[in-house]
Amino acid sequence: MPELTLLEAIRQGLDEAMAADARVFVFGEDVGRRGGVFRVTEGLLDKYGPLRVIDSPLAESVIVGACIGAAMNDARPIAEIQFADFIYPAFNQIISEAARIRYRSNDDWHVPLVIRAPYGGGIHGALYHSQSIEALFCHVPGLKVVAPATPYDAKALLKASLADPDPVLFLEHKKCYRLIKGQVPDGDYQVEIGKADIKRQGSDLTVLTYGLMLHYSLEAAEVLAGEDIDVEVVDLRTLRPLDTATILASVRKTSKLLIVHEDNLTGGLGGELAAIVAQEAFEQLDAPIMRVCGPDVPAMPYAKPLEEAFLPSPATIADAMRVLAAY
Amino acid sequence: MTETKKAKPVPASNGTTNGAAPLEGYAPVMYDIARENADEMKQHYYQMVLLRRFEERAREMYTKAKIGGYCHLNLGEEATIIGLMAALQEPDYIYTNYREHGYIIARGVEPGPVMAELFGKEDGISGGRGGSMHLFDASKHFMGGYGIVGGQCPLATGAAYAINYKGDPGVVLCQVGDSTTNIGAWYESLNLAALYNLPVIFFIVNNGFGMGTSVEEHSSEPDLWKKGDSFRIHGERVDGTDVLAVRDAARRLRERAEKERKPAIMDVVSFRFIGHSVIDSDRYRDQAEVKANRLKFDPITKFEQQLREAGMIDDAYVKEIGDRVEGEVQAAIDFADKSPAPKMEDMYQYMYATDVPNIISDAERELFEARLSGGK
Repeated sequence: MPELTLLEAIRQGLDEAMAADARVFVFGEDVGRRGGVFRVTEGLLDKYGPLRVIDSPLAESVIVGACIGAAMNDARPIAEIQFADFIYPAFNQIISEAARIRYRSNDDWHVPLVIRAPYGGGIHGALYHSQSIEALFCHVPGLKVVAPATPYDAKALLKASLADPDPVLFLEHKKCYRLIKGQVPDGDYQVEIGKADIKRQGSDLTVLTYGLMLHYSLEAAEVLAGEDIDVEVVDLRTLRPLDTATILASVRKTSKLLIVHEDNLTGGLGGELAAIVAQEAFEQLDAPIMRVCGPDVPAMPYAKPLEEAFLPSPATIADAMRVLAAY
Repeated sequence: MTETKKAKPVPASNGTTNGAAPLEGYAPVMYDIARENADEMKQHYYQMVLLRRFEERAREMYTKAKIGGYCHLNLGEEATIIGLMAALQEPDYIYTNYREHGYIIARGVEPGPVMAELFGKEDGISGGRGGSMHLFDASKHFMGGYGIVGGQCPLATGAAYAINYKGDPGVVLCQVGDSTTNIGAWYESLNLAALYNLPVIFFIVNNGFGMGTSVEEHSSEPDLWKKGDSFRIHGERVDGTDVLAVRDAARRLRERAEKERKPAIMDVVSFRFIGHSVIDSDRYRDQAEVKANRLKFDPITKFEQQLREAGMIDDAYVKEIGDRVEGEVQAAIDFADKSPAPKMEDMYQYMYATDVPNIISDAERELFEARLSGGK
């Protein structure tokens, strides 16, 4: 299998999907001639032409809104939000329209739409190019939210998202784009939406995480292995709906839970995960549930020391693992 | 979608100086350089050279990794900025997009704290929190660079409402890029500005491209000055490479806004010298054409030529300004270099004006202290 970066895997997935299904088109700012700001859609304009790779006006609300309408009319649009931080003008379209159309039309209409959005920090992007947005959307019934962290999963979940009859927010971590490489099979394969993946087996404690933090957690787990602490790392992959079966099975096995996410703590996905585990596996827990998350400040700042202070690191994750293991 | 439209992203003189008929929409050019105050002209020239050199060195600092993240330069827009700033008055408020280094310097903030902000340092004008796109200075009524396209439009409109409400002097200047004229917030702001007779000028820096997409490809009405028509907002186009043309049009529309409480749109056309941001390789434009246009539409050489012909400057003066600016920009870099990094513990500052209990939970404080000690 060829080794690809996360970015290349997504590009390959887009390419294959467009080749396989003429209903698939890409709509977003600078996705065509420029190939996208991160070059995810590079080459697609030449291959599929301006009818299917469309440089949209700078107007997120209508980027998503027009894609919703096209999706209802049997197209398979992929809306690209240039940076997840720019998604808020489209918030109303996503929440009030895309997520509710099946429900409010009594199943007459549906929205098979994929919204791609590069999110997350660690790239010095400052206040409007670094943020995590997932908690805001995970709150919304009717939406699905996926956040693959490896090239294999990214291509597979992209295909699954496109095959899904409902709207999917597809989150791509910017720092992982070129940093993370992995084996990616040629051709079509899928990972089911809503399935977590145990990326590292362990017996002493469970880490629930996703995105860049998966890789930092795996790095920390390797360090802990040298200290005879055996950490299980679960990659959630899909943030809504959550794979509670895998989550609970892992926690019941290890009896200890650490939740790691880059998004800020309060109201973050970690709260929901902790509630599920506390409710369903209370008697198997041997320690309080711990969270390592971004701090509750309004945005990830620009300056290097401030950005470093914001982001959980392998070292701070390892520290929390030690505390939990010793409990 | 039909075939791709050909981009025509270049400024055009309105032709009045050589006797040709003005192009549609262009503001009349009335100035006569011979009648201008020589000291003022030399000051404009100096400021334009300062902005140019500041941005060139910022670009260099980016390649040296002193500046990170996203950094958008004003190269090619010097006449647009200096002409505008020459027209604005002290009580006026200024909102800009993320391509704003030149605006805040022209508004009177020293280059040192601006460069320090780009470096992410404590002495940066925003304390290192924002970097390139988020420059603010309340004392100068500089209301910020905005990283979200169009985010500033409703705010600027509201500021103009407050001016009317309080009966204050001054106007609001809302600078946007050409692509911003496609976003909903822009239209909502235009409607309010016209409906409530607000003293706000929407100043479009039309450099022909919204990132990599040309005006003709992103706007169904490429004559951006017409985009206020259905709101009954007066608009005009200005050659953004002509500092005095920009100054005169801005001055006239500013006075009209202040006295008659009428908003206006200025469509100020210039040529973007490089890619959208420092890291944009600009592959969507023909590079031979870009190179030629850089020479053709360089606002500094154009103004320098005008001043030489008027006998206001000579070789010695040009060299003197070059040397002076070189020293000032180097001093700004040194200032930024020497400034300390922001303190990690300051990250929680300025979230609220008053003491708010439990801003940081005990659990978060423990985590944060662990971070401060490097995870040890």
